[in-house]
Amino acid sequence: MNNTKEHIYSILAEVTDPEIPVLTILDLGIVRDLICTQDNEIEIIITPTYSGCPAMDAIAFDIKLKMIEAGFTKVKITYTLSPAWTTDWMTASGKQKLNEYGIAPPINVSSRMNKLLFDEDENIPCPHCGSTHTKLLSEFGSTACKALHQCMDCKEPFDYFKCH
Amino acid sequence: MKNENLINGVLHIADTVLILGQRNAAWCAHGPILEQDIAITNITLDLIGQARNFYQYAALLINEADNKNETEDTLAFLRTERDFKNLLICELPNGDWAQTILRQFFFSSFQQLMYQEMIKSSDNQIAAIAAKSIKETNYHVKWSSEWVIRLGDGTDESNQRMKNAIEYLWQYTGEFFIAAEYEIIDVAALKNDWLEKVKSIFDEATLSIPENTFMQTGGKTGVHTEHLGFILPEMQSLQRNFPGAEW
Repeated sequence: MNNTKEHIYSILAEVTDPEIPVLTILDLGIVRDLICTQDNEIEIIITPTYSGCPAMDAIAFDIKLKMIEAGFTKVKITYTLSPAWTTDWMTASGKQKLNEYGIAPPINVSSRMNKLLFDEDENIPCPHCGSTHTKLLSEFGSTACKALHQCMDCKEPFDYFKCH
Repeated sequence: MKNENLINGVLHIADTVLILGQRNAAWCAHGPILEQDIAITNITLDLIGQARNFYQYAALLINEADNKNETEDTLAFLRTERDFKNLLICELPNGDWAQTILRQFFFSSFQQLMYQEMIKSSDNQIAAIAAKSIKETNYHVKWSSEWVIRLGDGTDESNQRMKNAIEYLWQYTGEFFIAAEYEIIDVAALKNDWLEKVKSIFDEATLSIPENTFMQTGGKTGVHTEHLGFILPEMQSLQRNFPGAEW
């Protein structure tokens, strides 16, 4: 059996986020490591995005399913919390896919350090029309990882994958 | 028991964030407007997620020390009032939006300072959970601070409601800084920073800190208000009626 890391990563590249199906778990940066033991057991180490992210259990299940389909029956999923996940680990192609899907991708974490009260992330480009004339509606959106914004030009509301 | 203080310290934080999460969850579909309903329930999700991480760690420590079979679920759903070590402020009723907001602001501001210290812990798992959680808590502090200002410096009605909330909740804030024997960090040392944070937000909100108030204690040692006795049967009913049930 082909248990090279490259091959296993190519299998994991087919596992998508259940809430944002255009993103794979590799795009999200939640796969932290792979360990292949001699008796063909594969340990996959993943980290949650948010502490309470309900997608994690579904993702672990989907990983096992894809691995079984590919012929790997001994698969162990391990969770790690450290170092804490950050949106800076999201791949460039993942950010592009998010934007095309209608969710504004996260800007760099450093840009939101020392944010003052009532300060808003400025210039989050609208994923529909590209305008940067947008405003924050709520810092808590449809899932833990998203905020709700609105475009002042095309008037469409949109999700923003917030920095973390 | 080996590690008894560490286990109790972890359970104290787990219970505290779980009970506050349970309280906030009652706002689901009842928030004043849709966006804020979603905000408070997102905060709930973060708190319950943090509780899971702490309970999982507590279960690991207990099982290592005592050869038991505890899980995050047995710790959350099969312990009784006297076992729960949550801060009293978390078990109080939600009251109106002002009371819910003010409690969140008091607690999140404390929790932010607490996690800042826990990140430095020599216990790797404590440090990892704190580093993960503080990113979420930073959002909670910003959101609740803004609401305290918005309501305090809002209309006569919203200002009065904030004053009522302060009058009721202030007496439960002293417990943050009175150390139990099992405390993971030096909580007393956080008091000045917390007071400064509250004062800066209250100044903008045209609110003031009460003086010389009697402070309630007991939660950390399992001596609770009557409210916890009503929260637990509701929260635990599924596991009590169908032991071991899973989704």
